[in-house]
Amino acid sequence: MKRVYVNEQWCLGCHLCEYNCAFANSGKRDMASALMNIKIRPNIRVEEDGKVCFAVSCRHCDEPFCVTNCITGALTKKDGVITIDKTKCVGCYTCVLSCPYGCVTPTEQGVMQKCELCTANGGTPKCVLGCPNKAIVFEER
Amino acid sequence: MSSQLLFPDYEILRDPSRCIKCRVCERQCANEVHRYDEGLDLMLSDEERCVDCQRCVMLCPTRALKIRETEQVFRPNANWRAQTIKEVYRQAESGAVLLSSMGNPEPLPVYWDKILVNASQVTNPSIDPLREPMETKVYLGKKPGLIERNSDGTMKTEMTPQLELKLPVMFSAMSFGSISYNAHKSLALAATELGTYYNTGEGGLHEDFYQYGKNTIVQVASGRFGVHKGYLEAGAAIEIKMGQGAKPGIGGHLPGTKIVGEVSRTRMIPEGSDAISPAPHHDIYSIEDLRQLVYSLKEATNYTKPVIVKVAAVHNIAAIASGIARSGADIIAIDGFRGGTGAAPTRIRDNVGIPIELALASVDERLRDEGIRNNVSLVVGGSIRSSSDVVKAIALGADACYIATAALLAMGCHLCRTCQTGKCNWGIATQRPELVKRLNPEVAYPRLVNLLTAWDHEIKELMGGMGINSIEALRGNRLMLRGVGLNEKELSILGIAHAGE
Repeated sequence: MKRVYVNEQWCLGCHLCEYNCAFANSGKRDMASALMNIKIRPNIRVEEDGKVCFAVSCRHCDEPFCVTNCITGALTKKDGVITIDKTKCVGCYTCVLSCPYGCVTPTEQGVMQKCELCTANGGTPKCVLGCPNKAIVFEER
Repeated sequence: MSSQLLFPDYEILRDPSRCIKCRVCERQCANEVHRYDEGLDLMLSDEERCVDCQRCVMLCPTRALKIRETEQVFRPNANWRAQTIKEVYRQAESGAVLLSSMGNPEPLPVYWDKILVNASQVTNPSIDPLREPMETKVYLGKKPGLIERNSDGTMKTEMTPQLELKLPVMFSAMSFGSISYNAHKSLALAATELGTYYNTGEGGLHEDFYQYGKNTIVQVASGRFGVHKGYLEAGAAIEIKMGQGAKPGIGGHLPGTKIVGEVSRTRMIPEGSDAISPAPHHDIYSIEDLRQLVYSLKEATNYTKPVIVKVAAVHNIAAIASGIARSGADIIAIDGFRGGTGAAPTRIRDNVGIPIELALASVDERLRDEGIRNNVSLVVGGSIRSSSDVVKAIALGADACYIATAALLAMGCHLCRTCQTGKCNWGIATQRPELVKRLNPEVAYPRLVNLLTAWDHEIKELMGGMGINSIEALRGNRLMLRGVGLNEKELSILGIAHAGE
């Protein structure tokens, strides 16, 4: 199935993906009003070290530690996409500890959030659509 | 950069109701204009450094940025324009020659805009290119003047080497060094897909691009950078660069800071050394000398490749072209005074050379008068901006056109005209790795293909309107052109009638 992949060769470290992600998951219509004066909590993050940079988001692993370790069954994998049921999450951080990519993070409310491939935001992930250099792609591999 | 006498050219307007302080502008600006102040929790700008390349404007996710010309004015003066005054200040400070990039921006006449194209009405049918065949393929090279026969009466069909173009537009010379690896790769991929050619410029050919040799024109210029047998054999044609429209009469100077890694290897000169192309070729002081180089290159490649001689459009261009046509060259490329450059002295760029329209018309006429038009094909460049410029150039007598500025625009260039700084925010005219990677060829090359595909459609539409179904029938067909607002002398040089005649 289609996944988000990153071509670090083309990542500019502009961090637009983080803002597009935060906006897409804000539920608001306008980016300025959604993100004004807040510290964003995106589900994709740009890792940088000097001149190397690339965006990291949930790999939707074949053997997802976050899902197997979740104590409440809030994290599940269906049709290749790992999603979180925030009503079941108790904020125990087990998933945060088990994710090797650091791609499950707490929300302001204390429950966890993660990339769900924009399935709830109308299809193609917004980090991919907004990447100015095709460094993030959504494709079958 | 800062000066007591100069004020910034641009103002950066940041809409506080839209700015989310994401700092994308700060990260994307190689000129270091934008900066985040933690104490104030505000984005600030150093307008003095802004070159109006608009990278920040295009990438700002909330469209919070606007760059406009400063409202600060000098006391109005028709003689001492603001630009002139600023240049005096700059030179008084630096004591240096002013440098500029890209083509001549001065408000000198653009003859393309004063030429109109004909269309068929009533007495001759126009052609619909969507329903009927329409040919825009062009062959460049020497054409036989006579039909020759063998002793048994059969026709001699052997031709001198030709370039086959699927459409009458090629990408003109931009060296690897003046533009980035990714820009070169994009041009190579696009030329291959389009069935036309791109030109290495004088910086040699990167080893990764030998695979695109079938669609490459390799250039030999006065600096002879990166020229060796393998290089000459790699291309489909060899171009001798005698001159460039943006800076006729002078050579080139690629600063040592751009001669890094791959550029140094490709040019075959040490890292950090300035790449200086002399103004003349030191072995060419006459048409006879040029002939020697033309034949040396043909000999080196076993007479399998056409040789192009590129000259800038200057005052005696018709006589010069006549000489070149007799030198054994297969193609003459003429570059008009609006042609672009990665760096040129401002005074030369803005004051030397002549418009390509007039140069082309006089060269075509001279070669026809002398009966040597078939010795060569004519390629013109120097600000071909659209498909209608191409059609007008062909009707004035060109075989094909060279484009470069339009190609750079297609890749994202915003014509800020500061290529000479090497800090191109669009990843085109730079060698800094973090900037070069901003131009992903997978994004840029389809845009080049789209541009020329669109132009090809438009050329066919324009030809169809005139009732012409082959580009061959348009070439030199000046009856299809009329001038507007031109004086008698201009019309006679262009060889066209005035509108209404």
